[in-house]
Order: sequence, then structure tokens, then C-alpha cells
Amino acid sequence: MATVLLADSTWVLFVNICLNGLTTGFLYALIALGYTMVYGIVELINFAHGDLFMLGCFFAWSLVSAAAVATGSTGALLLLLAILLLTPLFCAAINWSVDRVIYRPRRSAPKLNLLVSAIGVSFIFMNIGQLWGGAQDLDFPRLVEDRNLLPADSGLQFSLIDAIVISVTVPTMIGLAIFVKLTPLGKAMRAVAQNPMAAQLMGINTNRVISATFLIGGALAGVGSVVYVLKIPTINWAMGFQNGLYAFTSAVLGGIGNIPGAVLGAILIGMVYSLGSWYDARWATTLVFLILIVILVFRPAGILGTHTREKV
Amino acid sequence: MALLEVQQLRAGYGPIEVLKGISLQVDKGEIVAIIGANGAGKTTTLMTLSGIVPVRGGSILFDGQDITRLPAYQIVSRGLAQSPEGRKIFPRLTVLENLEMGAFTRNDPQGVQADIEKAYHYFPILKQRAKQAGGTLSGGEQQMLAIARALMSRPKLLLLDEPSLGLAPMIVLKIFEVIRELNRDGVAVLLVEQNARMALKLAHRGYVLETGSITMSDRAETMLNDPRVKAAYLGE
Ligand SMILES: Nc1ncnc2c1ncn2[C@@H]1O[C@H](COP(=O)(O)OP(=O)(O)O)[C@@H](O)[C@H]1O
Ligand SMILES: [Mg+2]
Repeated sequence: MATVLLADSTWVLFVNICLNGLTTGFLYALIALGYTMVYGIVELINFAHGDLFMLGCFFAWSLVSAAAVATGSTGALLLLLAILLLTPLFCAAINWSVDRVIYRPRRSAPKLNLLVSAIGVSFIFMNIGQLWGGAQDLDFPRLVEDRNLLPADSGLQFSLIDAIVISVTVPTMIGLAIFVKLTPLGKAMRAVAQNPMAAQLMGINTNRVISATFLIGGALAGVGSVVYVLKIPTINWAMGFQNGLYAFTSAVLGGIGNIPGAVLGAILIGMVYSLGSWYDARWATTLVFLILIVILVFRPAGILGTHTREKV
Repeated sequence: MALLEVQQLRAGYGPIEVLKGISLQVDKGEIVAIIGANGAGKTTTLMTLSGIVPVRGGSILFDGQDITRLPAYQIVSRGLAQSPEGRKIFPRLTVLENLEMGAFTRNDPQGVQADIEKAYHYFPILKQRAKQAGGTLSGGEQQMLAIARALMSRPKLLLLDEPSLGLAPMIVLKIFEVIRELNRDGVAVLLVEQNARMALKLAHRGYVLETGSITMSDRAETMLNDPRVKAAYLGE
């Protein structure tokens, strides 16, 4: 009898870790996509991207504070929809402006020049975050009740918030995949990423395509901000660093520049992180990076990273 | 009548001046060849015409309009397309997507569809490879794709940079045959080649480019028999 019980609870635990890992992974995926798309198109590791995500969280927090959160559930739902719409717009506008004002004039400068600019932008964003919300942690008001959707006696944990996270992230990522695969602008993005000079010879305005990439990457980070504040209702000015690093790691793990790779890498990191946190929260980060290092030893370009060389 | 008229064109990279004031002309319906040694500035010439390398002086008139300062992405829609040196295929786009990219500036889907069929008519192998990634094609197939892709914008003038480079003689013959065919269909061609003999046999007129200056221009037949050209470029 005891062994059956053990097997049973192990199974429940395993499913819970996976479900949590999956929603965490989807969150990282939204941020990782912004890293990987920008890297793919301008070969810039946009160090400020994690901090853009942080600013998105602050923006959502300000919106909710301004609305002085009503307690009625329909009011909260409307507010949720409002921040889900406005936060991505906010992040997209910032990301677009930063590219336009700071990165574009340095497009033909050495890549290190661009990288240092991005680090500078990262610090500027963190300082803005400090001015915006102060140095302390801020509590994000609960918009959605954290109710478990699965029967309590099953021991399984899947909350209303998890359901919202999945129903926001999955369609977003499917939409992105369809956009990049099928629309003219999406195809132009892939063309510019693969050979910017040839893309110009096709009559593609590469600056416009790059701007669009920053817009989309920013909007995805904004969706990530909303998902984050729903899942983990504590924010501060430094949160962009660690979350950004996980997302960047996801992108590298999946193969930087590769869009499905970023999602795959993020899910893997989410799973490992979830497993690590269950075992001992202090080891979660170590475990994540150990796995990264091991995988990169065997697949230096990342899981889906390719080095398709042009034949001469 | 001149389709392309280049006057005293200067261009370069940083401190290096590569084109030192070249003038040339391509008429409607013509095939014109630029021959010259490695490093003479042939690729730079074509890249300047396409707006990739900035103009430092002189002027480019195309189809009666001044395109000297136009950005690259506006030049294609005027009717000037290029198949660049080294093909520059999009390696992870399919052959069909590569062709679609060539038609990026157009917004007549039916016309584009018809032109894809036309590209398959010129190069039947591309139809078989339509769903394959561009990077998986052989060198010859990539060259065919690069030319077909450039044709997808329906250019009045096609710039071709070293279409024979690194290809087996059979494939070069096939490609040159297609160039002749599409010229008969009304496309003017400016051809850059190190294989001077083949280029001059195909072309109506030719220019010799030496370290950034045009040193000779004549009818192609005449150039093929010119002792200086023979000695320097035909290995005779
Ligand atoms: N991107 C570049 N940066 C600096 N110099 C270049 C570049 N491309 C070509 N050059 C130089 O310009 C000169 C002409 O090159 P190019 O136009 O490629 O000649 P060709 O096509 O006739 O072989 C060469 O000396 C070459 O080294
Ligand atoms: Mg060349």
C-alpha cells in the first residue's frame, strides 16, 4: 500500500512541476523572442531587453494604481484587458524609439560599440525604474483570484492564473509564427536576418524591417510583463536583470536568432528552474546554467541553431 | 536610346577611392560587358549602381531619371535589379520564397505568380527544388536562382556579377543561353565577368575597367580581336 501511495504522489509532484515549468517557460519565451529576433536581424545582444520588460511591469502597475483597483471581478477583468492591450504598446513604442535614436545611427559601427550602447540603455532603464517605483519591492494588486481549477483531492495545481497565462502566451506565439512564416513583412524579416545586403537588392527597406522587429520584440516583452505580474505579484527595478538573463539564456540554448528555438529553450529552462526550485530554491539558478553549459558543449550553436553555409 | 547613363561616377570605401570617375552607357535591348582583372572595381560599380555603395561624385541616369542619390530599396522598383557576385541566396528561405523576395516591391499577385512560372520556364530545375531551402542547392542551381530572383522585379536592366564564377562549363553555357534568351525577351543586361571571352561573345558592346578607370570601350566583336585585350584578358 505504501509503495502505491508513494508512486501516486511522485506522479502528482511530477505533473505539478511540469505545469509550473511550462507557464514559467512561456513567460521566459515571450522575453527570449525579443532577444532572439533582434539578434537575428542586427546581431545585437540587446542587454536592455530585460529592463524593458521591467519597465512594462511598472507601467502596468501605474495603470492599475491609477485605476485604483475596483474590487468587483468584472472591473478587474476590464483592467486586466486594458493592461494587456496598453503594456505591449508601451514597450513596443520604447523599444522602437531606442532603436531609432540610439542603435540606428550606429548600425555600421563595430558590433562592440552597439553592445556597449545597449548596456548603457540597460542602466538608464534601471534608473528610470528606480525613479518610477523607488528602491523597494512593490506589491502588484491581485487582479485575478489565484483559484485552483483542478479538484483539490487530486493534489494537482493548475490555477486560474496559469490558465490565463497559457491562453495569452500560446495564441501570441502561434500568431508570431504565422506572421513570420507567411506575411510579406515576416518573410522580409527572415530575409534581412539571413543577408541584409541581398535584402536591399530585393528592394526591401531594411531600416523599416528592423524597426518592425524592435516593435514586435518590445510588444512581446510587454505581454511578458503582464504575464509576470499576474503570476508573481512583486516587482522592483532590478527584476529585469535576472529575468532577462534567464530569457537570454533560453534564446542561446535554443539557438540565438532562431524563433522556435527561443520558445523551446525557454520551456526547457522553465522546466529545469521549476524542478530546481522544488528541490532547493538556492540551487535552481545553478542547475539552469549547468544544463546550459552542458548542452552548449554538445551543441555549440544551441538546440535548433544551424550553421547552414551557402555553397559556393 | 540610353537606358542607363553613368557620368564620371566616383565611389569607394573609407579612405580608399575605388571608382575614379567612370562613364558608361547601356542602351535598351543591349547586353554590355565590363571586363577587368580581379580588384579592378567591377563589383563596386554594380553595387554603386544598385545604391548599396554610396556615390561620391558623378551621376547615374536611369530610364530618363536621376537615381544618383536614391536608396537601394527605391532603385529596384525603378526597374534596375542585380544578381550579385557570390549569388547571395537566402539560405534558409525556400526556393519559392527566394523568388517571392525578388518580387518584394510589386503588388500584383497574379503578375508575380505568372512570373514565377516564367522563372520555372527559364530554369526548370528551380520548379523541382521549389520547396527546398536555398542553401541546399548546388552552386549552379544557386546561380540560376539568383538570376531568376532578380528577374522577379521585372527589371528593364539586369546587372549580373560574375554569373560563371566557380561553375562547371556545361552549366555556364546553360546560364549564358538563358541570358541571351531573356535579352531577346527585352531585358537589357550589364554583365561583369572575369571570363572575358565568354562575356564578349555574348555581349554587343564591352568596357575594360582597370583599377577604377575605363580604359577601353568598343563593340564586343572588335574587342575580341583587339591585340591588347587578347594579351591582357583572353590569354592569347
Ligand atoms: N567592402 C569593402 N571594403 C573595403 N574595400 C573594398 C570592399 N570591397 C571591395 N574593396 C576593394 O575595392 C577594390 C575593388 O573591388 P571590387 O569592386 O570587388 O573589384 P572586382 O569586382 O573588379 O574584383 C579592391 O581593391 C577591393 O579590395
Ligand atoms: Mg567582383
